[in-house]
Amino acid sequence: MAHIPVEAHLPGITGLLEYRKDTAQPIRELTQILLRGPSTLTEGERELIATVVSNGNKCKFCTAAHTAAADLYLGDKETCEMVKTDISSAPVSEKMKALLIIADKVREGGKLVTTAHIEKAKAEGATDLEIHDTVLIAALFCLYNKYVDGLGTALPEEAGYFDVLADRLINHGYMRLPQGYDHLKKTN
Amino acid sequence: MAHIALKNEELPGIVGLLNFRPETARPLLDLAETLLRGPSDLTSGEREIIAASVSYWNQCHFCHTSHAAAACAHLGAGLGFIDEIKAGLPNTPVSNKLRALLHIAHQVQKGGKNVSDADVAAAREAGANDSEIHDAVLIAAAFCMFNRYVDGLGTWAPQPNEAYKEMGERMAFVGYGKS
Repeated sequence: MAHIPVEAHLPGITGLLEYRKDTAQPIRELTQILLRGPSTLTEGERELIATVVSNGNKCKFCTAAHTAAADLYLGDKETCEMVKTDISSAPVSEKMKALLIIADKVREGGKLVTTAHIEKAKAEGATDLEIHDTVLIAALFCLYNKYVDGLGTALPEEAGYFDVLADRLINHGYMRLPQGYDHLKKTN
Repeated sequence: MAHIALKNEELPGIVGLLNFRPETARPLLDLAETLLRGPSDLTSGEREIIAASVSYWNQCHFCHTSHAAAACAHLGAGLGFIDEIKAGLPNTPVSNKLRALLHIAHQVQKGGKNVSDADVAAAREAGANDSEIHDAVLIAAAFCMFNRYVDGLGTWAPQPNEAYKEMGERMAFVGYGKS
Protein backbone atom coordinates (compact mmCIF):
# COMPACT_ATOMS: atom_id res chain seq x y z
CA MET A 1 0.00 0.00 0.00
CA ALA A 2 1.25 3.46 -0.86
CA HIS A 3 2.52 5.76 1.92
CA ILE A 4 -0.22 8.30 1.09
CA PRO A 5 -3.85 7.69 0.05
CA VAL A 6 -4.01 7.30 -3.72
CA GLU A 7 -6.94 5.88 -5.71
CA ALA A 8 -6.93 2.08 -5.69
CA HIS A 9 -7.47 1.77 -9.44
CA LEU A 10 -4.41 3.90 -10.26
CA PRO A 11 -1.11 2.04 -9.61
CA GLY A 12 2.44 3.41 -9.82
CA ILE A 13 2.84 6.95 -11.12
CA THR A 14 -0.76 7.19 -12.34
CA GLY A 15 -2.17 7.64 -8.82
CA LEU A 16 0.47 10.23 -7.89
CA LEU A 17 -0.24 12.35 -10.96
CA GLU A 18 -3.91 12.45 -9.92
CA TYR A 19 -3.05 13.05 -6.23
CA ARG A 20 -1.51 16.46 -6.96
CA LYS A 21 -2.51 17.72 -10.39
CA ASP A 22 -0.80 21.10 -10.25
CA THR A 23 2.65 19.50 -9.96
CA ALA A 24 1.62 16.73 -12.38
CA GLN A 25 0.91 19.22 -15.16
CA PRO A 26 4.51 20.46 -15.73
CA ILE A 27 5.88 16.92 -15.22
CA ARG A 28 3.49 15.67 -17.93
CA GLU A 29 4.37 18.58 -20.26
CA LEU A 30 8.10 18.00 -19.85
CA THR A 31 7.68 14.29 -20.60
CA GLN A 32 5.50 14.97 -23.64
CA ILE A 33 8.07 17.40 -25.11
CA LEU A 34 11.04 15.15 -24.41
CA LEU A 35 9.55 11.79 -25.46
CA ARG A 36 7.04 12.81 -28.12
CA GLY A 37 8.06 16.28 -29.28
CA PRO A 38 10.13 17.06 -32.39
CA SER A 39 13.50 15.28 -32.12
CA THR A 40 16.12 13.62 -34.28
CA LEU A 41 15.84 10.64 -31.91
CA THR A 42 12.89 8.35 -32.63
CA GLU A 43 10.15 7.80 -30.04
CA GLY A 44 11.43 4.23 -29.67
CA GLU A 45 14.97 5.43 -28.97
CA ARG A 46 13.71 7.91 -26.37
CA GLU A 47 11.59 5.23 -24.68
CA LEU A 48 14.75 3.06 -24.56
CA ILE A 49 16.51 5.80 -22.58
CA ALA A 50 13.56 5.91 -20.14
CA THR A 51 13.68 2.11 -19.87
CA VAL A 52 17.43 1.87 -19.22
CA VAL A 53 17.26 4.48 -16.45
CA SER A 54 14.16 2.98 -14.78
CA ASN A 55 15.70 -0.49 -14.98
CA GLY A 56 18.96 0.76 -13.46
CA ASN A 57 16.98 2.34 -10.63
CA LYS A 58 15.08 -0.96 -10.20
CA CYS A 59 11.73 0.82 -10.46
CA LYS A 60 9.43 -2.02 -11.51
CA PHE A 61 6.42 0.06 -12.54
CA CYS A 62 8.37 2.52 -14.72
CA THR A 63 10.54 -0.22 -16.23
CA ALA A 64 7.52 -2.32 -17.23
CA ALA A 65 5.63 0.69 -18.61
CA HIS A 66 8.45 2.05 -20.76
CA THR A 67 9.60 -1.40 -21.87
CA ALA A 68 6.07 -2.01 -23.17
CA ALA A 69 6.04 1.37 -24.95
CA ALA A 70 9.52 0.86 -26.45
CA ASP A 71 8.60 -2.66 -27.61
CA LEU A 72 5.58 -1.31 -29.50
CA TYR A 73 7.60 1.45 -31.18
CA LEU A 74 10.51 -0.84 -32.06
CA GLY A 75 8.32 -3.74 -33.16
CA ASP A 76 10.21 -6.36 -31.14
CA LYS A 77 10.86 -7.35 -27.53
CA GLU A 78 14.51 -8.35 -27.91
CA THR A 79 16.01 -4.87 -28.25
CA CYS A 80 14.74 -3.68 -24.88
CA GLU A 81 15.74 -6.88 -23.11
CA MET A 82 19.26 -6.71 -24.55
CA VAL A 83 19.64 -3.01 -23.76
CA LYS A 84 18.67 -3.75 -20.14
CA THR A 85 21.20 -6.60 -19.96
CA ASP A 86 24.19 -5.16 -21.81
CA ILE A 87 24.10 -1.90 -23.76
CA SER A 88 27.28 -2.65 -25.71
CA SER A 89 25.89 -5.83 -27.32
CA ALA A 90 22.34 -4.55 -27.94
CA PRO A 91 21.07 -4.22 -31.54
CA VAL A 92 21.04 -0.39 -31.59
CA SER A 93 23.24 2.12 -33.42
CA GLU A 94 26.67 3.05 -32.04
CA LYS A 95 25.29 6.55 -31.42
CA MET A 96 22.44 5.12 -29.32
CA LYS A 97 24.87 2.95 -27.35
CA ALA A 98 26.93 6.03 -26.50
CA LEU A 99 23.80 7.98 -25.50
CA LEU A 100 22.44 5.09 -23.40
CA ILE A 101 25.77 4.90 -21.56
CA ILE A 102 25.55 8.65 -20.85
CA ALA A 103 21.99 8.12 -19.56
CA ASP A 104 23.14 5.34 -17.26
CA LYS A 105 25.94 7.55 -15.88
CA VAL A 106 23.48 10.41 -15.28
CA ARG A 107 21.32 7.95 -13.36
CA GLU A 108 24.22 7.05 -11.06
CA GLY A 109 25.18 10.70 -10.63
CA GLY A 110 25.53 13.72 -12.92
CA LYS A 111 29.24 14.14 -12.23
CA LEU A 112 29.97 10.64 -13.57
CA VAL A 113 29.45 11.85 -17.14
CA THR A 114 32.98 12.48 -18.44
CA THR A 115 34.34 14.35 -21.44
CA ALA A 116 35.25 10.93 -22.88
CA HIS A 117 31.58 9.79 -22.75
CA ILE A 118 30.54 13.00 -24.53
CA GLU A 119 33.34 12.80 -27.12
CA LYS A 120 32.39 9.20 -27.91
CA ALA A 121 28.74 10.19 -28.49
CA LYS A 122 29.77 13.12 -30.71
CA ALA A 123 32.16 10.91 -32.68
CA GLU A 124 29.24 8.55 -33.38
CA GLY A 125 27.22 11.47 -34.72
CA ALA A 126 25.23 12.66 -31.69
CA THR A 127 24.32 16.36 -31.79
CA ASP A 128 24.40 18.72 -28.82
CA LEU A 129 20.61 18.70 -28.71
CA GLU A 130 20.52 14.88 -28.66
CA ILE A 131 23.04 14.84 -25.81
CA HIS A 132 21.05 17.51 -23.96
CA ASP A 133 17.79 15.61 -24.34
CA THR A 134 19.39 12.30 -23.34
CA VAL A 135 20.71 13.83 -20.11
CA LEU A 136 17.39 15.52 -19.34
CA ILE A 137 15.34 12.36 -20.09
CA ALA A 138 17.66 10.37 -17.79
CA ALA A 139 17.35 13.03 -15.08
CA LEU A 140 13.55 13.16 -15.48
CA PHE A 141 13.25 9.41 -15.05
CA CYS A 142 15.29 9.62 -11.86
CA LEU A 143 12.54 11.98 -10.67
CA TYR A 144 9.82 9.51 -11.73
CA ASN A 145 11.54 6.45 -10.25
CA LYS A 146 12.18 8.14 -6.90
CA TYR A 147 8.66 9.58 -6.80
CA VAL A 148 7.03 6.22 -7.56
CA ASP A 149 9.17 4.17 -5.15
CA GLY A 150 9.63 6.87 -2.50
CA LEU A 151 5.87 6.95 -1.92
CA GLY A 152 5.64 3.15 -1.99
CA THR A 153 3.07 2.95 -4.81
CA ALA A 154 1.52 -0.37 -5.77
CA LEU A 155 2.07 -2.45 -8.90
CA PRO A 156 -1.02 -3.28 -10.99
CA GLU A 157 -2.84 -6.50 -10.17
CA GLU A 158 -4.23 -7.23 -13.65
CA ALA A 159 -2.16 -9.17 -16.15
CA GLY A 160 -2.08 -7.13 -19.34
CA TYR A 161 -2.16 -3.77 -17.50
CA PHE A 162 1.06 -2.59 -19.14
CA ASP A 163 -0.15 -3.47 -22.65
CA VAL A 164 -3.15 -1.21 -22.12
CA LEU A 165 -0.95 1.52 -20.62
CA ALA A 166 1.58 1.31 -23.48
CA ASP A 167 -1.24 1.66 -25.98
CA ARG A 168 -2.34 4.84 -24.16
CA LEU A 169 1.23 6.22 -24.03
CA ILE A 170 1.57 5.72 -27.77
CA ASN A 171 -1.86 6.88 -28.90
CA HIS A 172 -2.47 9.69 -26.39
CA GLY A 173 1.01 10.50 -25.09
CA TYR A 174 1.73 11.82 -21.62
CA MET A 175 -0.83 14.56 -21.09
CA ARG A 176 -3.80 13.93 -18.79
CA LEU A 177 -6.83 12.41 -20.51
CA PRO A 178 -9.53 15.13 -20.75
CA GLN A 179 -12.07 12.80 -19.16
CA GLY A 180 -9.73 11.70 -16.34
CA TYR A 181 -9.31 8.06 -15.34
CA ASP A 182 -12.58 7.04 -13.65
CA HIS A 183 -13.33 4.74 -16.60
CA LEU A 184 -10.47 2.51 -15.38
CA LYS A 185 -12.33 1.66 -12.16
CA LYS A 186 -13.44 -1.93 -11.96
CA THR A 187 -17.17 -2.10 -12.61
CA ASN A 188 -17.88 -5.36 -10.79
CA MET B 1 32.93 24.74 -20.18
CA ALA B 2 29.73 22.73 -20.49
CA HIS B 3 29.63 19.43 -22.42
CA ILE B 4 27.46 21.05 -25.11
CA ALA B 5 27.79 24.42 -26.84
CA LEU B 6 25.44 26.70 -24.91
CA LYS B 7 24.08 29.87 -26.51
CA ASN B 8 25.63 31.87 -23.68
CA GLU B 9 28.56 30.23 -21.86
CA GLU B 10 28.52 32.95 -19.20
CA LEU B 11 25.21 31.79 -17.73
CA PRO B 12 25.98 29.40 -14.82
CA GLY B 13 24.34 26.14 -13.75
CA ILE B 14 20.80 25.51 -14.90
CA VAL B 15 20.44 29.09 -16.18
CA GLY B 16 22.54 28.33 -19.27
CA LEU B 17 20.60 25.09 -19.89
CA LEU B 18 17.19 26.79 -19.61
CA ASN B 19 18.43 29.36 -22.14
CA PHE B 20 19.68 26.55 -24.45
CA ARG B 21 16.28 24.82 -24.73
CA PRO B 22 13.32 27.13 -23.94
CA GLU B 23 10.75 24.41 -24.76
CA THR B 24 11.86 22.23 -21.84
CA ALA B 25 12.71 25.25 -19.68
CA ARG B 26 9.04 26.26 -19.39
CA PRO B 27 7.75 23.12 -17.60
CA LEU B 28 10.96 22.85 -15.54
CA LEU B 29 10.42 26.38 -14.22
CA ASP B 30 6.68 25.77 -13.72
CA LEU B 31 7.49 22.69 -11.64
CA ALA B 32 9.97 24.60 -9.46
CA GLU B 33 7.52 27.47 -9.03
CA THR B 34 4.62 25.20 -8.02
CA LEU B 35 6.69 22.94 -5.76
CA LEU B 36 8.64 25.66 -3.95
CA ARG B 37 6.34 28.69 -4.04
CA GLY B 38 2.86 27.27 -4.77
CA PRO B 39 0.21 26.23 -2.23
CA SER B 40 1.61 23.83 0.38
CA ASP B 41 1.31 23.11 4.09
CA LEU B 42 5.09 23.59 4.23
CA THR B 43 6.50 27.12 4.15
CA SER B 44 8.63 28.14 1.17
CA GLY B 45 11.59 28.41 3.56
CA GLU B 46 11.11 24.78 4.64
CA ARG B 47 10.76 23.64 1.03
CA GLU B 48 13.92 25.50 -0.05
CA ILE B 49 15.81 23.87 2.86
CA ILE B 50 14.73 20.45 1.54
CA ALA B 51 15.77 21.41 -2.03
CA ALA B 52 19.13 22.78 -0.84
CA SER B 53 19.83 19.75 1.36
CA VAL B 54 19.09 17.21 -1.40
CA SER B 55 21.31 19.21 -3.78
CA TYR B 56 24.11 19.17 -1.19
CA TRP B 57 23.83 15.39 -0.76
CA ASN B 58 24.02 15.11 -4.56
CA GLN B 59 27.09 17.40 -4.47
CA CYS B 60 25.53 19.86 -6.90
CA HIS B 61 27.17 23.12 -5.86
CA PHE B 62 25.07 25.42 -8.05
CA CYS B 63 21.67 24.03 -7.00
CA HIS B 64 22.70 23.69 -3.37
CA THR B 65 24.03 27.20 -2.95
CA SER B 66 21.30 28.94 -4.96
CA HIS B 67 18.44 27.18 -3.14
CA ALA B 68 20.16 27.64 0.23
CA ALA B 69 20.41 31.35 -0.62
CA ALA B 70 16.68 31.32 -1.42
CA ALA B 71 16.05 29.74 2.01
CA CYS B 72 18.13 32.53 3.60
CA ALA B 73 15.98 35.10 1.82
CA HIS B 74 12.70 33.48 2.93
CA LEU B 75 13.90 33.15 6.54
CA GLY B 76 15.64 36.52 6.76
CA ALA B 77 18.88 34.72 7.62
CA GLY B 78 22.43 35.73 6.70
CA LEU B 79 24.40 33.77 4.11
CA GLY B 80 26.11 31.86 6.95
CA PHE B 81 22.91 29.81 7.02
CA ILE B 82 24.05 28.17 3.75
CA ASP B 83 26.81 26.37 5.67
CA GLU B 84 24.38 25.56 8.47
CA ILE B 85 22.22 23.71 5.90
CA LYS B 86 25.32 21.81 4.71
CA ALA B 87 25.95 20.70 8.30
CA GLY B 88 22.36 19.47 8.77
CA LEU B 89 21.11 22.45 10.81
CA PRO B 90 22.88 21.56 14.11
CA ASN B 91 22.53 25.08 15.56
CA THR B 92 19.05 25.93 14.30
CA PRO B 93 15.81 25.33 16.19
CA VAL B 94 13.97 23.22 13.61
CA SER B 95 10.65 21.42 14.11
CA ASN B 96 10.70 17.65 14.54
CA LYS B 97 8.39 17.57 11.53
CA LEU B 98 10.95 19.23 9.24
CA ARG B 99 13.72 16.99 10.60
CA ALA B 100 11.60 13.88 9.85
CA LEU B 101 10.78 15.16 6.33
CA LEU B 102 14.47 15.92 5.70
CA HIS B 103 15.23 12.33 6.69
CA ILE B 104 12.65 11.08 4.17
CA ALA B 105 14.15 13.39 1.53
CA HIS B 106 17.59 11.93 2.25
CA GLN B 107 16.23 8.40 1.83
CA VAL B 108 14.69 9.41 -1.54
CA GLN B 109 18.02 10.94 -2.59
CA LYS B 110 19.76 7.61 -1.91
CA GLY B 111 16.97 5.62 -3.61
CA GLY B 112 13.17 5.65 -3.53
CA LYS B 113 12.92 2.20 -1.99
CA ASN B 114 14.88 3.39 1.05
CA VAL B 115 11.82 5.19 2.40
CA SER B 116 10.44 2.76 5.00
CA ASP B 117 7.05 2.54 6.71
CA ALA B 118 8.91 3.52 9.90
CA ASP B 119 10.29 6.69 8.26
CA VAL B 120 6.77 7.70 7.21
CA ALA B 121 5.30 6.79 10.62
CA ALA B 122 7.96 8.92 12.34
CA ALA B 123 7.07 11.90 10.13
CA ARG B 124 3.37 11.48 10.97
CA GLU B 125 4.24 11.19 14.66
CA ALA B 126 6.07 14.51 14.33
CA GLY B 127 2.95 16.11 12.82
CA ALA B 128 3.43 15.72 9.06
CA ASN B 129 0.28 15.16 6.99
CA ASP B 130 -0.13 13.29 3.68
CA SER B 131 0.42 16.32 1.47
CA GLU B 132 3.57 17.32 3.35
CA ILE B 133 4.97 13.80 2.98
CA HIS B 134 4.04 13.90 -0.72
CA ASP B 135 5.68 17.28 -1.23
CA ALA B 136 8.88 16.29 0.62
CA VAL B 137 9.24 13.18 -1.59
CA LEU B 138 8.50 15.06 -4.82
CA ILE B 139 10.85 17.94 -3.96
CA ALA B 140 13.61 15.41 -3.24
CA ALA B 141 12.88 13.52 -6.49
CA ALA B 142 12.70 16.76 -8.51
CA PHE B 143 16.06 17.94 -7.20
CA CYS B 144 17.59 14.58 -8.07
CA MET B 145 16.48 15.54 -11.61
CA PHE B 146 17.67 19.17 -11.52
CA ASN B 147 21.04 18.18 -9.98
CA ARG B 148 21.67 15.51 -12.63
CA TYR B 149 20.70 17.89 -15.42
CA VAL B 150 23.08 20.58 -14.16
CA ASP B 151 26.04 18.26 -13.45
CA GLY B 152 25.41 15.74 -16.25
CA LEU B 153 25.96 18.49 -18.81
CA GLY B 154 29.04 19.81 -17.01
CA THR B 155 27.86 23.37 -16.36
CA TRP B 156 30.01 25.80 -14.37
CA ALA B 157 29.08 27.35 -11.02
CA PRO B 158 30.35 30.39 -9.09
CA GLN B 159 32.11 29.27 -5.90
CA PRO B 160 31.52 31.77 -3.04
CA ASN B 161 28.23 31.98 -1.15
CA GLU B 162 28.15 35.74 -1.75
CA ALA B 163 27.77 35.16 -5.51
CA TYR B 164 24.32 33.66 -4.86
CA LYS B 165 22.79 36.36 -2.66
CA GLU B 166 20.86 38.25 -5.33
CA MET B 167 19.89 35.05 -7.13
CA GLY B 168 18.44 33.62 -3.91
CA GLU B 169 16.46 36.80 -3.27
CA ARG B 170 15.06 36.70 -6.80
CA MET B 171 14.11 33.01 -6.47
CA ALA B 172 12.41 33.69 -3.14
CA PHE B 173 10.61 36.94 -3.85
CA VAL B 174 10.10 37.09 -7.64
CA GLY B 175 9.85 33.39 -8.41
CA TYR B 176 10.92 30.83 -11.00
CA GLY B 177 10.48 31.82 -14.62
CA LYS B 178 9.14 35.22 -13.57
CA SER B 179 10.78 38.46 -14.61
